[in-house]
Order: sequence, then C-alpha cells, then structure tokens
Amino acid sequence: MHIWVLAEARDGQVKRISYELVTAARALDDSADVTAVLVGSGVGPLAGDLAAHGADRVLLVDDVRAAQYSPDGWGNLLARLAREDRPDVILGGATARGRDLTPRIAAGLGVGVASDAVEVGMAAGRLTAVRPIYAGKALARVVVHSDPQIATIRPNSYPPCERPAAGTVVAADAGDYVAGAVVTHLEAAASTRPDVAEADIIVSGGRGMAGPEHFALIEALADTLGAAVGASRAVVDAGWRPHGDQVGQTGKTVSPSLYIACGISGAVQHLAGMKTSKYIVAINKDPEAPIFSVADYGIVGDVFEVVPAVTEAVRALRAANG
Amino acid sequence: MNTVVLIKQVPDTATRIQDRTAKGRVDLSGVTWVVNPYDEYAVEEALRIKAAHGGTVTLIALGPERVASALKDMLALGADEAVQIVDPAFDDLGAQGTAAVLAAAIGKLPAPPDMIWAGWKGVDDDQGLVPIYLAHALGLPHVSFVVQVAIDGGRAIVQREVEGGKETVTTPLPAVFTAQKGLNEVRYASLKGIMAVKRKEIPAWDAAAIGVDPASIAPRAVETTEITPPPERPSGRILGGAPSDAARELVRLLHEEAKVI
Ligand SMILES: Cc1cc2nc3c(=O)[nH]c(=O)nc-3n(C[C@H](O)[C@H](O)[C@H](O)COP(=O)(O)OP(=O)(O)OC[C@H]3O[C@@H](n4cnc5c(N)ncnc54)[C@H](O)[C@@H]3O)c2cc1C
Ligand SMILES: Nc1ncnc2c1ncn2[C@@H]1O[C@H](COP(=O)(O)O)[C@@H](O)[C@H]1O
Repeated sequence: MHIWVLAEARDGQVKRISYELVTAARALDDSADVTAVLVGSGVGPLAGDLAAHGADRVLLVDDVRAAQYSPDGWGNLLARLAREDRPDVILGGATARGRDLTPRIAAGLGVGVASDAVEVGMAAGRLTAVRPIYAGKALARVVVHSDPQIATIRPNSYPPCERPAAGTVVAADAGDYVAGAVVTHLEAAASTRPDVAEADIIVSGGRGMAGPEHFALIEALADTLGAAVGASRAVVDAGWRPHGDQVGQTGKTVSPSLYIACGISGAVQHLAGMKTSKYIVAINKDPEAPIFSVADYGIVGDVFEVVPAVTEAVRALRAANG
Repeated sequence: MNTVVLIKQVPDTATRIQDRTAKGRVDLSGVTWVVNPYDEYAVEEALRIKAAHGGTVTLIALGPERVASALKDMLALGADEAVQIVDPAFDDLGAQGTAAVLAAAIGKLPAPPDMIWAGWKGVDDDQGLVPIYLAHALGLPHVSFVVQVAIDGGRAIVQREVEGGKETVTTPLPAVFTAQKGLNEVRYASLKGIMAVKRKEIPAWDAAAIGVDPASIAPRAVETTEITPPPERPSGRILGGAPSDAARELVRLLHEEAKVI
C-alpha cells in the first residue's frame, strides 16, 4: 500500500503530528510505502528528520511561490500531485493546518474525508476510522468508500514513529502555482506554555477558582508539570481566560495523557471535551460534583489549599528524582 | 458587502446521544433542535459587517421542515432574507453532496455574495467539512477558524486561530470564512425582531428550484457503520486526609501507577 502523510513544519521544525501520522500509517499496513509530503520554501533540510521518523519517501515541493501556506494554493497543488503519485490513503493531522488543508485536497479530488479520527484501521481493503461525534458523547465507526481514502487524525492518538526509514527525497514542482488566501504573518502567543490543543498535560480551572487573579495557582502547577492551562466555558465567558483556552463541546476537544480539573463542576459540555484523556484528576470541594464520575483520582477539598499542595508535591518529587 | 450565512440545525448540546437501533444512526427522537453555536458567531459577524459596510445578510439552510425555526431565530436578530433548501432527495447527503447543493442554491440568489460565512464545524457530527467543499465547488478561497476579520477594499485581512498563536491571512473577496469561538459576542433577539419574523414566509426551494438533479450528486463517501458509547471510565479513587497528604499521595500515584508525570 502507498500512503501519504501530510507533514507539518513551523519555524524550521517538523511538527510532532507528522511523526504520529507515520505511526498511524504503519498501523494500517506495516509494510506500506509511507510518503511524507512537505510543501514550503527552504524545507529541504527537514527531509532528514522525516526519514529519521519512518518516512520511506519524502515528496518535497520546495518553491518560493509556495513559501506561505495557502489552503487553496496548497490544496490544488497537492490534489494534482496526488493524481500523479496515486496514494491509496492520505492522512492529515486534525490540527488547525490539517483540518484546513486536508478537506481542500479531498475537494480537489472529489472524494470524502473521515475527519478527526482517534483510530484508523483497514477492513476488507477499506480505510476505517473511529471518530468521536457530539464532542465525544459517542464514537462513530466509519468506512471510507472513495479513493484515495482520506482521514485526519487527532493529535496524541498515536505515538511518534521512532523507527528510521530511507526517506528518499522525491522533488516535485509547484507547476503553475496560484494562491488566493495566503498566510502573511504568524503571531506566537505571548505565553511559552504549550497550547491546550497539543499538550500532553493540561491543568484546567473553573468557576471554583473564584477570580482571574487566582489562576496564578493553576499556572504555577501547570509550569511545574510543563503543562498547558485550560478553562471551563464559565471562566472564559466571564473574561478570566482567553477563548482559546476553553475545553469542551464548544471549545477544544482534548485527549492529553493527564487532565487536572480544578474547581470545575463537570457539566456535560465540559466532559464531552476532555473525557477521552488518559488520566483525569478532579479537585473540587463538592463530593457530588459530576467531574468525579470521570476522574481516576479525586481530591475533595478547597482548590486554594489543594492546588498549591499538589504543586509543592510535584516540586518535591522532581527534587527527589534530580 | 453582501453576505450569505450557512445555518445548520443541531441537537441541543445537553442532548444524550445513543444509537438504539445499532444501525449507525443516532436516535434523535425527542431532541430539542438549536442553531449550531458556531453558526451564531457567523451570523453575528455578518450583521456587524452589514452595519459597517452596508449590503444584505442572507441565510441558507439545507434540511427538513423543522429547520425553518432555526432560520426564524436568526432572522429575528436582523438578517434580511432566508432560504430553506428542502427536498426528500437531499435527506441523506454527505458533506460533499451538501456542499454541492448549497453551491447550487447560492448560484440562484439574485446577487452573488461577497462573503460566505459558516461555522467551523457542526457540533453534531463534528466534521468541519461542508464550508471547505463549498469553497472549492464555487472556486473560491477560504479561511477557517476565524477569530477576527477586517475588510479592506476587495480583500479581507483575517486572523485565524492556530496551535500556540494566530495566523494572519489575506484573501481576495469573494471568499468563504468559518467562525471560531472568540470571533465576537452574539446578540440576543429583541421582542420587536421576534414579532417581525412571526409571519415572515421563508421560501423553500427543492431540487428543481435550484436546478440540481439528485442523481448527479456524489454518494455519501464516508459511511457510519456503528455508533457506540464512549468506553466507561473505571471508577476512580478519592484520596482523603489533609490537603498536603492527599496531594503527596496523588503525585505518587501519578508518578508510580499512572506513570504520566
Ligand atoms: C451550548 C452550550 C455550550 C457549552 N459549551 C461548553 C464548553 O465547551 N465547555 C465548558 O466548560 N462548558 C460549556 N458549557 C457550559 C456548561 O454547561 C457549564 O455551565 C460550565 O462548564 C460550568 O463551568 P464551571 O464548572 O467552571 O462552573 P460551575 O458549574 O459553576 O462549577 C464550579 C465548581 O467549582 C466548585 N468550587 C467552588 N469553589 C471551590 C473551591 N474553593 N474549591 C474547590 N471547588 C470549588 C464547585 O463545587 C463547582 O463544582 C456550554 C453550555 C451550553 C449551553
Ligand atoms: N445542511 C446544512 N445547511 C446549511 N449549512 C450547513 C449545513 N451543513 C453544514 N453547514 C455549514 O457548515 C458548517 C460546518 O458543518 P459540518 O461540515 O457539517 O461540520 C456549519 O456550521 C454550517 O455553517
């Protein structure tokens, strides 16, 4: 089988999702010919990193005209290259980039997309996917009937591939490239913390934090863990935290390895966005709070006492382990 | 600046979701239907663009009869016109087919839109596909996850949310835009607005009216074969004792048992 993975790079670095997609491709067929597709200008040197993480081939479009991301420009370009290279399967990330570009390629090819999958497989020669619907209140198993078979995969669903492969570079040209919507500027968030959508650990605060100033406690715990800061909608709507931090049905749906909910009641819309986390910790003074029903570990208590105590205990653990 | 806003009607976010028939179809009997929350941001932005630049706001929804109520709710906020696309032949379209029908309907409007707004995804199937297929079908550029937009002559300068920051995108108009939370604060309908739409007739267009032969529409490419509840989470453990003891025990368990820190 011939599988394309849509690699992503930013600031001269390949993003981790690219390597996760290689693992997903290997899960479909361990002996597949996995081609990492990379577009941009001056991206050639990144081919080595893709090889180190399991790409058999790197399909490279290194062209100044395509230096800036454009959904229609890159989408039409990659649809044309897919018609020439004829992959059986195309996997993109369910990221801001992948959710934007992958459907545009699919539209160019006139085929469907299984979007935001947390698991992919093959059954009777067809791509299947498990995708949360209604923000994770249910799981849909889908089968993709059109060719090439396309899916986007949610970050953190597969570990990054660490098995090197040949990474043979195949250069493609951008042809008569035209772009309408073009990215002109990227403004990095002021914070150095990871983004909730990508983080491996998230510490979230809710109305129980009693005011924006008390999020310093959440941030201190997040920083000792190298975690992102998340929030319930109640605190986002109150203006305590930025919109981008909201977790839930109308915010980010996240699946980190650890989610720590502090002063969050656990409304259905919130649970929908974080229930697929590997481990959930709840800290809440109300023993009846619904958040405890999904928590692996819970502490019934006051966030103003418990959160700083947890931060302290993490520091002690780190100190003891050097 | 004429805008079209795409409206999807979805089950209320408090709805319990189950598949009683095991046929890959969610049981939607007794559901309360609401406007997709992201579409509300799209409508709000269109109304603000109209206030600043003039023009009209036209709503389009494809779906069964009940969808008219979603259009009325949004008309009451101040949109000018609404069109419902309703035809039994369109009952089970995939994202691509939905976009093809919406594209045909947009082609039947008296004036072509300068901007088409949509939600970034429906909070039902969580696909986030229709607006992008639509943009392609109309031969237009698109910008997704929009949190800010400024119009500058024949182009728009847009901020979109990405992991760890914001991208600025410049696009010529017309173009398709999808709304992300944070774009704006939505308004509520005034009593006057609600009264004004009570008697408003919403035109219903069928396949013939928009000139679409149902047989020409791409069949559903992604088929749901099964819907299951999410895996039950094993019942958790409450850690008691003084806050400092509970905290130490928690950190020990996360380190030694869960191995996540
Ligand atoms: C259409 C729609 C979409 C929505 N989407 C989302 C979404 O995406 N995400 C989301 O989060 N919500 C969403 N909601 C809102 C959701 O229904 C809840 O209102 C919200 O999640 C509540 O936030 P909270 O848990 O912070 O606040 P509350 O429900 O007020 O809970 C606060 C909790 O803090 C505890 N507490 C208070 N003081 C302390 C203390 N000192 N120490 C310890 N615990 C304390 C309380 O016991 C309580 O459990 C949505 C609602 C609607 C209608
Ligand atoms: N049947 C429909 N009628 C009108 N607009 C739709 C329809 N389906 C999807 N949309 C629009 O496309 C957006 C994304 O929907 P989806 O691709 O279904 O997740 C929605 O927020 C709507 O703005």
